[in-house]
Amino acid sequence: MSYQDIIKKLETAALHPAKTVTEQIRKTGKDAFGCFPIYTPEEIIYAAGLLPVGMWGGKTELKLADKYLQSFCCSIMRSNIEYGLKGTYNMLKGIILPTFCDTLKCICENWKAAVPHIPIVPIVYPQNRSIDAGFVYMTEELQRVKGEMEKITGRTLSDDDLEEAWELYEEYRRTMREFTDTAAEYPQIIGAKRRHLLIKAGYFMDKREYTQDIREIIAGLKDEEKKPFAGNRVVVTGLLAEPAELLDIFEENQLAFAADDLAQESRQFRTPGGTEGSVWQRMAGRICDQRGDTFLYEEEKSRGQMLIDMVKEKEADAVVIFMMKFCDPEEFDYPIYKKELEAAGIPMLYLEIDQQMDSFEQIRTRVQSFAEMLA
Amino acid sequence: MTSKEMLNHLVAKHYEGALQAKKEGRPVVWATSICPQELLETMGLVTVYPENHAAAIGARKEALTFIEHSEAEGYSADICSYARVNMGYADIRHAEAQDIPLPDLIFCCSNICNTVIKWYENLAKKLNIPLIMFDMPFNHTYEVPAHSVKYMRGQIEYAIKQLEDFTKKKFDYDKFGEVMKLSNATCEWWKKATDWAKVKPSPLNGFDMFNYMAMIVCMRGNEDGHKLFKLWHDEMEAKAKKGKGPWNSAEEKYRIIWDGIACWPHLAVTFKTLKKYGINMVTSTYPESWNVRYETNDLSGMAKAYASNYANRNLDYDTDNMKKLVDDFSVEGIVYHSNRSCKLMDFRQYEVQRRIAEATGIPSVVFDGDQTDPRNFSEAQYETRIQALVEMMEKNKEAKRRG
Repeated sequence: MSYQDIIKKLETAALHPAKTVTEQIRKTGKDAFGCFPIYTPEEIIYAAGLLPVGMWGGKTELKLADKYLQSFCCSIMRSNIEYGLKGTYNMLKGIILPTFCDTLKCICENWKAAVPHIPIVPIVYPQNRSIDAGFVYMTEELQRVKGEMEKITGRTLSDDDLEEAWELYEEYRRTMREFTDTAAEYPQIIGAKRRHLLIKAGYFMDKREYTQDIREIIAGLKDEEKKPFAGNRVVVTGLLAEPAELLDIFEENQLAFAADDLAQESRQFRTPGGTEGSVWQRMAGRICDQRGDTFLYEEEKSRGQMLIDMVKEKEADAVVIFMMKFCDPEEFDYPIYKKELEAAGIPMLYLEIDQQMDSFEQIRTRVQSFAEMLA
Repeated sequence: MTSKEMLNHLVAKHYEGALQAKKEGRPVVWATSICPQELLETMGLVTVYPENHAAAIGARKEALTFIEHSEAEGYSADICSYARVNMGYADIRHAEAQDIPLPDLIFCCSNICNTVIKWYENLAKKLNIPLIMFDMPFNHTYEVPAHSVKYMRGQIEYAIKQLEDFTKKKFDYDKFGEVMKLSNATCEWWKKATDWAKVKPSPLNGFDMFNYMAMIVCMRGNEDGHKLFKLWHDEMEAKAKKGKGPWNSAEEKYRIIWDGIACWPHLAVTFKTLKKYGINMVTSTYPESWNVRYETNDLSGMAKAYASNYANRNLDYDTDNMKKLVDDFSVEGIVYHSNRSCKLMDFRQYEVQRRIAEATGIPSVVFDGDQTDPRNFSEAQYETRIQALVEMMEKNKEAKRRG
């Protein structure tokens, strides 16, 4: 298969999650296990012989979810509850749900009532990550989750299983970092939408196959000639850049993604794991070392500076903010990094989004004027 | 002096003391409402509570000035209005309702929500001052897990070191023991005072509880608070023994739970509407929220007590807790405040409502409001919902009368 064919394969996989997951279940013989945003210890799921599947909402009519959630709840979570209630997730053996924000805590509790036939394993990450007690707690919480997974699967997880899964995931994350760097050099081939879909496909596929696919895409890209790009390059930040139709608008206007700080994309793989100690300590290290993430407390709040550094390093022209409506943590961070970016003279485009939006005209006009301004 | 007079006197003393401390160059702390204040009290640090202050600004109908300032700075109208008021105040620095000194240290405890983590992180960044964080993991299990307790105890020990560095003073463990003892005693009087509402009619007008609440937030660990709640308790006891109800001008006809915080900007209208129908709010989840009890000198017990706050517990606990309130306080109806500011309370309200209705058979209504943003409340909707509740409660009463 040529690398272009692999790109098409992954794009299709990302656009049709249900079909992709069903095929992967058949192909791997594994059961699927759901992973709510933001972080879940996928390595443990993988080590348990399961297929981790991302649950980042989606476009669906919200009806059943109203029984549990008011309208001012983030659209990803409303979609997930809707899917749970209408049976879309029935192929899942269980789910892992982290309680990173107040909404996720409530979703955790509502899930138990609304979708009782799909077992839930909650995980509570520490916010005080830089002190010993927080680090130790993180390792203990991961081991508790392992115990829960053993109960659900009826299978004991050995250290070897975990080591193997950990290595695979570290390799996946390394590969993804290389992919985003490489993709930035070929904006004509990897446009904003394609970039998003290629990353998203990883949520529905076995990471072994997926990592191999991405590696081949990287190799294919590197064989291509680098061409000068007539458009502008932006760094994007936020929870996620969806619906994908939004990204067509960026491509139409010659705006390429030089790098991202999206929860659904680079925040998943930008931080390597720890290199010392037990596998639990290495897993904990990855969370404790993560910087500039709105869901993880950081006294120095480095997100603004991080975005400035990303713009400089990638020689980008601007920052685009994809603000998921009703996402408290993201909404709290915005005024702080906005001020820092303004002080650094970096142009910004703020787009308020939700997953159910179906009219893009206003956003189209704004992206267009922004692109004209940058050009 | 009545407890109400004492309350007003102590509120004034609290804020004057804080402003004076700042003038004299002593450090001031801003802290969350259910934080381990014992550590601050032990260190003799003057502390003010932004939630109390925002509520006071809201009740004074001044909130919009600060809210609009924050929104102009880029804060979404969808985030907690206490945070929007407080961050606006951090810039504007004057409110007709009450002035407070700016902080030199931020003290944040996530047992009430994760929102405070973001809010206080922003304050510390904005004001460029240190922050002490207590992360209390959400309890998705019924009880607080052992490894969480260990983590929280570790944070208390770490916070003590941070406080020693900040004040350049040694932490006095003997004084700490005394403060713990006093805090427990104050909480006990708070709980005993609010428990008098179990009597029929209730001597306590539930909306008074909202006023006294400000003091259980800021005076749990000192003698003033202890005296105030003991006095309030004694008054309630005397009233109950005389068979006196909540008001002189009306009789208590219905007894309800108010779920959620008050709508401060619409306090009078929300109260008067209830009173018009003879409805008394006899309790809420708040009396228990400050019933923070543990053995003196038991750091793990203290951590566990703080982590056990209602908002930090799972739905099964919340349901049991609400059922117990219904039974203990002979409650006939529930008003759920769907508070735009508080996603943590809102997004489980519907399920709690269903479970309580099923378990107890008592009626309830939900209304839309906000703790301080006056724009998210409609008097007409509120009145209609209360009328509906009265009709349902009356039907139940009628059915009971007929046996």
